[in-house]
Amino acid sequence: MARAARRRATGTLEQLLAAKEIVICCGSGGVGKTTTAAAAGAMAAARLGGKVLVVTVDPARRLANALGLESFGNVETRVPDSAFAEAGIECRGELWAAMLDTKQSWDDLVRQHAPDAATRDAILSNPLYTNITGRFVQSHDYIAMERLYEIHASGRYDLVIVDTPPTRNALDFLEAPERMADFFSSRLLRWLTVPYRSRLVNMATKPFYKVADTILGSAFLEDIAEFFLLFQTMYDGFVERARAVQRILEDKRTTFVVVSTLESAPLREAEYFMAALEERRFHLGAVVLNKVLPSYLLDADAAEAARRLSADPDAAAAALDGIGDQESVARVIGEVAQSFLNFRVVASREAEQRNELGRNPDVLASVPYFDSDIHDLAGLVRLGEQIWR
Amino acid sequence: MTTLLDRKLLFVTGKGGVGKTTIAAAIGTLAADHGKRTLVCEVDAKGNLSDFFEAGRTGFDPTPISENLFAMSMNTEESLKEYLSLQLKIPVIARIGPLARTFDFVATAAPGVKEILTVGKLAWEVREQHYDLVVVDASASGHIVGQLAAPEAIKELVQVGMVRDQTGWMLDILGDPARTGVVIVAAPEEMPVQETIELAERLRAETVVDLAAVVVNRVLPELFNAGEEALFEQLRQDEGSVAALARAAGGPVEPILDAAELAVNLRRSRAGHLQKLRDALAGTELLYVPYLFQRSHGVRATNRIAGHLGEELGF
Repeated sequence: MARAARRRATGTLEQLLAAKEIVICCGSGGVGKTTTAAAAGAMAAARLGGKVLVVTVDPARRLANALGLESFGNVETRVPDSAFAEAGIECRGELWAAMLDTKQSWDDLVRQHAPDAATRDAILSNPLYTNITGRFVQSHDYIAMERLYEIHASGRYDLVIVDTPPTRNALDFLEAPERMADFFSSRLLRWLTVPYRSRLVNMATKPFYKVADTILGSAFLEDIAEFFLLFQTMYDGFVERARAVQRILEDKRTTFVVVSTLESAPLREAEYFMAALEERRFHLGAVVLNKVLPSYLLDADAAEAARRLSADPDAAAAALDGIGDQESVARVIGEVAQSFLNFRVVASREAEQRNELGRNPDVLASVPYFDSDIHDLAGLVRLGEQIWR
Repeated sequence: MTTLLDRKLLFVTGKGGVGKTTIAAAIGTLAADHGKRTLVCEVDAKGNLSDFFEAGRTGFDPTPISENLFAMSMNTEESLKEYLSLQLKIPVIARIGPLARTFDFVATAAPGVKEILTVGKLAWEVREQHYDLVVVDASASGHIVGQLAAPEAIKELVQVGMVRDQTGWMLDILGDPARTGVVIVAAPEEMPVQETIELAERLRAETVVDLAAVVVNRVLPELFNAGEEALFEQLRQDEGSVAALARAAGGPVEPILDAAELAVNLRRSRAGHLQKLRDALAGTELLYVPYLFQRSHGVRATNRIAGHLGEELGF
């Protein structure tokens, strides 16, 4: 056994958030990632103070609900003190929230990097540009990282907490800056734009254009070429920027929080993601396990009792006088006992999954199953308190 | 009204973590059991569809799973190769230059091409009538709209050329509710329900594809009827009864009663979300699949869920 002694989780989320400047929450969908990000943000603002921003990049717009905000776009919006007051929480700092508007962010980026107004306008009105930025999902990943970089570099916040798309995309997310830099420096791109630059098609590349032309049509190819020619004017700025974004992921001040439930599928994705982080030598700060069933389900004596009740509910009903008619009481007891045993199967399976959670992060926090959903600040803080210490 | 399995192409989507793949596998199993030659295709390369069939790794070439049932994994590069050799009718042209590089260009530089290669391949299987039903374990709800809207987007972007010519028949298939539909998988929880409602709206507004059904997965069983719940409350409040129950059970019963209360509360909060879903999606077929306590995936779970879906569909 190479890794003989399993290190115990020693830190707390409080320590982690007090030390880091960027927290990236990841995990598969439906595990409460967004809620966890929002809860961590609310706790950091309330307890540690300072200016805390929670950014969601998930195309589905959920954070707004959890924060009780009707809607918020690329603009950073402050969660009012009155919301904390209503929830009965004293907030030492400021909590801000923003949602990533992909199109808006791309436009800003172009405005910033375009060499002149003519190029800027040509890019912004190129049909391909509109489509890339608006309709197709891959562009979310890069722009999310880009925006994270921009926000962090601006120095407007002490702590930025980012919610990411589900894991399989979150891997794209990790690689997005690198891929963007590669893409802009690729020979392919230069190759592609050659005929439109020189109007001289190199014989060696001709079949390539022939195929591309047959498939896509030359007008479209020209659109593409124009787009990339224009984009190349921003090449240096872009590549430099993409590298800076990449560096931020590796920075000591950045940490990743992997969120999961103890169900097998999300857990497997969490493990996959943790392995990917390790491979890239990114910092895994915490694993937060949501919707963990209560530990009383694991009580062996209670299980024994439930089995007896389930086997002979009538006998138990007979022992209870004056509650109702025996038959109904017996049925209630039978149902209750069965339900315990059913949930116990799930709780046992989850306890095993938790034990098997291979790599021990500094912080391993569990959040119990809440009876009701979290949809306001008070709920977020209630959740936050479960993972704080 | 067209029943679910009479369609030819079903895109199964939903918020991550709601059991999208399980339901796709179960629909495929159910259709195959009813004698339909069925292909289940996972779109996400790192998916785990094969786990739900206990089959080996699936690839672009369909793997036979059982009688009438086949599974494949989408691979857009393979899809392009197939497309080129079929459409250009000159097999050698597919090998011109390193195809990988051409593909890189097509996929990366031309947006939507990856999406259209995915949707196009699936629609093509339908057009060629290779199967009675193609079930797609599609992208999650955040991305499905972009995928399904790709043929239209391409049609707008590309004025001439072969790809444009191809979008016509694809749109015919996708837009025909007798043939194509989306199945949204939801869990009876707040966020999945809300996302389902939003997705239904976006599908209507931004794509030509019909919403065939919503499958509500992991519905918890009802513990008590109304009278029984009052009885339970009474028992729970009365110390004497709890003590008597503990004596009868020969062990601690507090955890058992707590667990019952948890079950009741979970069921109740979920019932509220389900109601919201029903109200928002009036007219859409809702199918309920119960929560499986024992196992949540594997071929046995797939078969059990197929059984439950069959009951819901009136088989």
